[in-house]
Amino acid sequence: MAHDATALGAGLTPGLRGIGSDWAGDKQTFHVPWGKAMMWIFLLSDTFIFTCFLTGYMHVRASTRIPWPNPSEVFALSFGGEPIPLILIAIMTFILITSSGTMAMAVNMGYRGHRAKTASLMLMTAALGAMFVGMQAFEWTKLIIDEGVRPWSNPMGAPQFGAVFFMITGFHGLHVSIGVIYLTTVAMKVLRGDYKKRGYEIVEITGLYWHFVDLVWVFIFAFFYLW
Amino acid sequence: MAPAEGQRHPLAIYFWIWGLLFVLSTFSYMVDYIGFEGYLRWGLILTFMFLKAGFIIAVFMHMMWERMALMCAILGPPTVLLVLIGLMAVEGDYTFLTRLNFFGADTTEFAEHH
Repeated sequence: MAHDATALGAGLTPGLRGIGSDWAGDKQTFHVPWGKAMMWIFLLSDTFIFTCFLTGYMHVRASTRIPWPNPSEVFALSFGGEPIPLILIAIMTFILITSSGTMAMAVNMGYRGHRAKTASLMLMTAALGAMFVGMQAFEWTKLIIDEGVRPWSNPMGAPQFGAVFFMITGFHGLHVSIGVIYLTTVAMKVLRGDYKKRGYEIVEITGLYWHFVDLVWVFIFAFFYLW
Repeated sequence: MAPAEGQRHPLAIYFWIWGLLFVLSTFSYMVDYIGFEGYLRWGLILTFMFLKAGFIIAVFMHMMWERMALMCAILGPPTVLLVLIGLMAVEGDYTFLTRLNFFGADTTEFAEHH
């Protein structure tokens, strides 16, 4: 084999390192910081995961003979008077959109070099995210304790409702929770001045993740709660 | 890359999109609140959903200012998911009809099982 390697040319790196150098070809494809390209590729893979979940949901909902519970009524909430349909989910949606806005502001302030403003906007975003997760915990508790919904059964109709609900909102909630930790960590480092020399792309990369979480919610809101 | 070369845009555009997302979310919620049914309901839900998703990706995630190479690399692959969705829609329909054939349309039995 050593003979073949020399026959290929002296300039090529052999073995495992060779795989890397062959694919890289010493050429940059995406003219963005590598961290940003990697975040985009991660989000692409996450898109496939969430689409598989939502497609699975579409399939079980289309194929069940047992009536699907009406989300408008299941997620209604009463503040003393008549129950308002889907109100909790609407509030959660507005909270997430607000957090997306504060995140966009944080990215902008980062590139302007306003350290304190960037960090506080990021912390505000994290706080809104935590609020969202809190409301989701409330929603889960209500469904599990009061309504008796389980991943394998559901007294309101199709048992698949429970499985789909816990899996999809659970996976999204996990993303929000990780995002809150991620945002807080980066915000602290911004505040400490870690990026003064390196630049504030990190804020934009964190922002990409956060906007993606909001983006996924747009689809969950439309397909699971409104449909 | 130097910090100055990052995505720097006027604040106004973010505020506009932020406001639009609020309006569009209110519209989506109103679809349920008013209680539209059938194709009108689904059409409106999808319209508002795609508008919201588009604004988030294009402006908040800065995709409209990125190079075409990155845009295609990220937005291209998810289009194959349409094949999966199409196949599963057909398959779901088939499973439903098969179940009707074998078990009938009786929908009361679920109460006995649980």
